[in-house]
Amino acid sequence: MNEPQLALRNLRKAYGALVVTDGVDLTVQAGELHAIIGPNGAGKTTLIHQISGLASSDSGQVLFDGRDVTGLPMHKRVRHGLARSFQITSILPKFSALDNVALAVQARSGSSFRFLGDASLEADLNEPAMECLNLVGLGARAAIPAGLLSHGEKRQLELAIGLATQPKVLLLDEPLAGTGHEDAQRVVETLRRLKGRITIVLIEHDMDAVFSLADRVSVLVYGRLIATDSPEAIRANAEVRSAYLGEEAA
Amino acid sequence: MSPIAETRPVAITGQRRRVEWLPVILFGAFVLAPVFAAFSGAEGYVLSLLTRVMIFGIAAMSLDLILGYGALVSFGHAAFLGIGGYAVGILAAHGVEDALVQVPVALAASALFGLVTGAISLRTKGVYFIMITLAFGQMLYFLATSLASYGGDDGMTLAARSLVAGLPLLKGDFALYWVCFVCLLGTYVLARSIVASRFGRVLRGSRENATRMEAIGFHPFRYQLVAYMISGMMAGLAGCLLANQAEFISPAFMTWQRSGELIFMVVLGGLGSLHGAVLGAAAFLLLEEFLPEILHMLGFMLSTDMQARLVENWKMVFGPLLILIVLFARGGIMGMLGGRHE
Amino acid sequence: MTATLFLVQALNGLQFGLILFLIAAGLTLVFGVMDFINLAHGVQYMVGAYLAAAFTAWTGNFGLALLLALPSALAFGLLLEVLIFRHLYDRDHLDQVLATFGVILFLNQGVKFVWGAAPLNVPVPEILSGSIEIADGLLYPVYRLAIIAAGLAVAALLYGLVSHTRVGMLVRAGASNAPMVAALGVNIKRLFMIVFGFGAMLAGFAGAMVAPILSVEPGMGDNILILAFVVIVIGGIGSIRGAFLAAILVGLVDTVGRSFAPNLLRLVLDPANASQTGRAIAPMLIYIFMAAILFFRPAGLFPAKR
Repeated sequence: MNEPQLALRNLRKAYGALVVTDGVDLTVQAGELHAIIGPNGAGKTTLIHQISGLASSDSGQVLFDGRDVTGLPMHKRVRHGLARSFQITSILPKFSALDNVALAVQARSGSSFRFLGDASLEADLNEPAMECLNLVGLGARAAIPAGLLSHGEKRQLELAIGLATQPKVLLLDEPLAGTGHEDAQRVVETLRRLKGRITIVLIEHDMDAVFSLADRVSVLVYGRLIATDSPEAIRANAEVRSAYLGEEAA
Repeated sequence: MSPIAETRPVAITGQRRRVEWLPVILFGAFVLAPVFAAFSGAEGYVLSLLTRVMIFGIAAMSLDLILGYGALVSFGHAAFLGIGGYAVGILAAHGVEDALVQVPVALAASALFGLVTGAISLRTKGVYFIMITLAFGQMLYFLATSLASYGGDDGMTLAARSLVAGLPLLKGDFALYWVCFVCLLGTYVLARSIVASRFGRVLRGSRENATRMEAIGFHPFRYQLVAYMISGMMAGLAGCLLANQAEFISPAFMTWQRSGELIFMVVLGGLGSLHGAVLGAAAFLLLEEFLPEILHMLGFMLSTDMQARLVENWKMVFGPLLILIVLFARGGIMGMLGGRHE
Repeated sequence: MTATLFLVQALNGLQFGLILFLIAAGLTLVFGVMDFINLAHGVQYMVGAYLAAAFTAWTGNFGLALLLALPSALAFGLLLEVLIFRHLYDRDHLDQVLATFGVILFLNQGVKFVWGAAPLNVPVPEILSGSIEIADGLLYPVYRLAIIAAGLAVAALLYGLVSHTRVGMLVRAGASNAPMVAALGVNIKRLFMIVFGFGAMLAGFAGAMVAPILSVEPGMGDNILILAFVVIVIGGIGSIRGAFLAAILVGLVDTVGRSFAPNLLRLVLDPANASQTGRAIAPMLIYIFMAAILFFRPAGLFPAKR
C-alpha cells in the first residue's frame, strides 16, 4: 500500500483572474473511499474535472497508478480505469437505460469499429450491463428510455454507467444531488457495497452520508485543501468548523 | 448538442423489431415502376426521372447517415457527387471506361477528400462546421470550373456510359435503372446495418451527448470522421451513377445550392430513418418536376400571360413552400406518416 | 513591371476585401449576437445592387440613388426579419439553414420576375469616372479608389459604433454571452432587429457600391456569401475586428493569388503546366488559407465567445 492509487501534486486551475483550485496535493490509497467536502464554490467540481481530464490543469500533476496522466484526455484516462460521474446528470436520454450502460461496457470490450451486427443484441455487452443496473437497483427499468426515468433513477443510472467502465478509481460528483430520501438511501447502500472493492473519490454535500461512508475526508476551501483526516478528526477540527461547518450552521 | 434529430431509431434490446412496411413498400414501388413505365407511353421519361430519384435517394441517404444519426450538418455534400462524377468523366477521357476501375477510384477519392476535409471540419462545432463544410464544397466547385481540359465551367459530355468488365451493360435505360436500384438497396442495407452496429451506436451516442461518450472512454471525433468518410463514399457512388445517367458532368453537380437541396431532401423526408431520405429525394425531385405543371393547372383562371409568368417563376412558389415546410411540418414525411416517431 | 502589377493587384484585393467586410460585418454580428445562420444575407447584397440600379435608372443620379437605396435596403431587411427570420431564432441551425435557403430561391427568382433575367448595367458616376496616376505610369480607376475610401470610412464608423455606444456595448456583450444580456433586462428583440436591419443595410450598401463595376444579375449574392462565411470563420464569429482583418486577408490572398500563382509556379514547373496548375490552384487558395488557420485556431483569429 505504499504506492497511492491516485495522487495529485500541486494541482492548479484558474479561469482568467479567478483561481479555482490552488496547489492541491492529495493522495488516495487503493480501496479507500475518500470524500472531499467544502462550501459551494470551493472548486470541488473543477477538481473532479481536472482529475478526470475534462478540464486541463494550468500546472501540477495527476498521478494514477504511479503514472503521470496529466496530459491525457478524458477518454484515455477512462480506459486506464479512472472514471467519473457528473453533478448535472449526463446520460443519453433517447437510449434505454440498458443501452446507456451497455455502451460503457462496449467501450472497454473490443473494437467499436464494427459495422455489422446489431449491437443492442450482443449478450456480451448486455449481460455485464444488466449486472451493473441490478447493482444500483435499476434492473427492472432496463428497457425504459433514460430520458423518461425519474431524477433519482437517473442518478442511479449515472452510477451504473460509471461502474460499467470497470474503473479502478471512480470519481463521484455529488451522486446524491437533488435525490429524495429513498433514492439517496439506495445510492448510499450501493456505495457501501462498493466500498473496498474499488477506490472512490466522493464529493458530497450530504454530511450524514459523507461521515458514514468515508475512510478519510479532505476539506477544500477557496481552492485549497485545508485538512485531510479521518471523519472523526475532521469533525473535531477547529479550523474546519470555522471555515466550513460553522458557515453551514450559520 | 443541438437537438437536431427527434426520431428515435433505437430498438429496445431483446425485442425483435416489428416488420417495417414502409421500406418494403418503397422498394417494392421501385421494383414495379418499370412495368408501369412500359405502359405509360413515356417510358424513357419515366425511367430516367425515377433513375434520378434513386440516385439522389442514395446521396440523400448518405447524408442522413451523418446528419440524422450524427447531427453533423454537412453543407458540402454535393462535393462528393462531383468527385464521383468527375472520377468517371476524367478516367473516361483518358480511355479508362470500365466502371470496375472508375467506381473504386471514385470511392477512394471520396474517402480521401472526406478524410482531409473531415479531419479539419470536425475539430469545430455547430455553425462553424456548417460553414466550413460549405467552404470545402465550394473549393472543389471552383477547382472543377478551372479544369479547362475537362470542360471547365461548361462541363463535359461523356462519349458513352461506363462499361462493366468490358461489356456495355449500362447502355440501356432499363439496365441503368436496375443497376441504380441494386446500388440503392445495397447502400440502404449497409447503412441500416451500420446504424445498428457497435459503430453506429457510438455515432448515435455522440450525437446525444459527446461529453458522456468521452467519460466512458470514446473519442467521438474518430467515429464521426469515419462516418463522414463512409457517407462521402456513398455519395461518391451516387455521383458515378449520376454521371452515367446524365452522360454528362459539370461543376453544377457540386454547387452549394445542390448541397442545400440534399439537406432539404433529408429534412423533407424526415431525419434519421434512411428510407425517409429516399422518400424526401423522391418528393423533392417530383415536386421540382411537376410544380410548374401544377401551377399551370392552378392558374387556370388567370390570363394566359399571367399563367405563363407564374409557371416560369415556379421557384417563387418553391422557396416559400420550403420555408413553410421547415416552419410547420416538423419531422418531415416520416413524421406525417407517424412511422417511427414516438 | 512586376512591382506595379503587384500594387494594382494589392489595391484590387483591398477593394474586394472591403466589400467583403461590409457583407461579413452584418453576418458576423447576426451570428454572434443571435446565433442565427442566415444564408439569405447574400441576397441582401444582391437586392442592394438592384435597388441602386433601379434608383439610378429612375433618378439618373447614382449619388441620389445610393441615398435612396440605403433606407430601402434597411426597410427590406427589417421586413424579412419580421416576416420570417424572427420565427427562426429559437430553431436549431438546420431549420435556419433550410428556411433561409428558401428565401434565396424566392429572391433570386423574384429579381428576375421584377427586373428580368438579363444583367443590368449601372454607369459609373460622372465625377468618379476615369483614372488617375497613382505611381509612375500607373493608372488606377477613381471609382475603385472611392470604394476603398468608402469601405474604410464605414469600417471606422462601425468601429466607433461598436466600441463607443450603448447599443455597441450590448452587441459586444451579446456576442460573447447572449443569455446574460437578456437577463440584464435589455429588450433583446429590439436589439436583434437593430442588428439585423443594420447588417442588411451594410450588405445592401456593398451591393450598391459594386453595382457600377459588376453586372447586376440574379444569384450575384450566392458566391460572395460563401466568401463572407469564410471571412467570419477565419475572423472568429461575432468579432468585427476579426471580420475586418480576415476580409482584407481573404481579398488580398484571392486577388493577388489569382494573378501570381501561375508566375510563382513557373519557378518549379514548365510554363504551360505552371499556368494550367496555377489557374486550378488560385481559386482554392482562400479555402486552403482558411483550412490552415482553422487547423491551428479552430475558433478563428479573434473568437468572441468564451
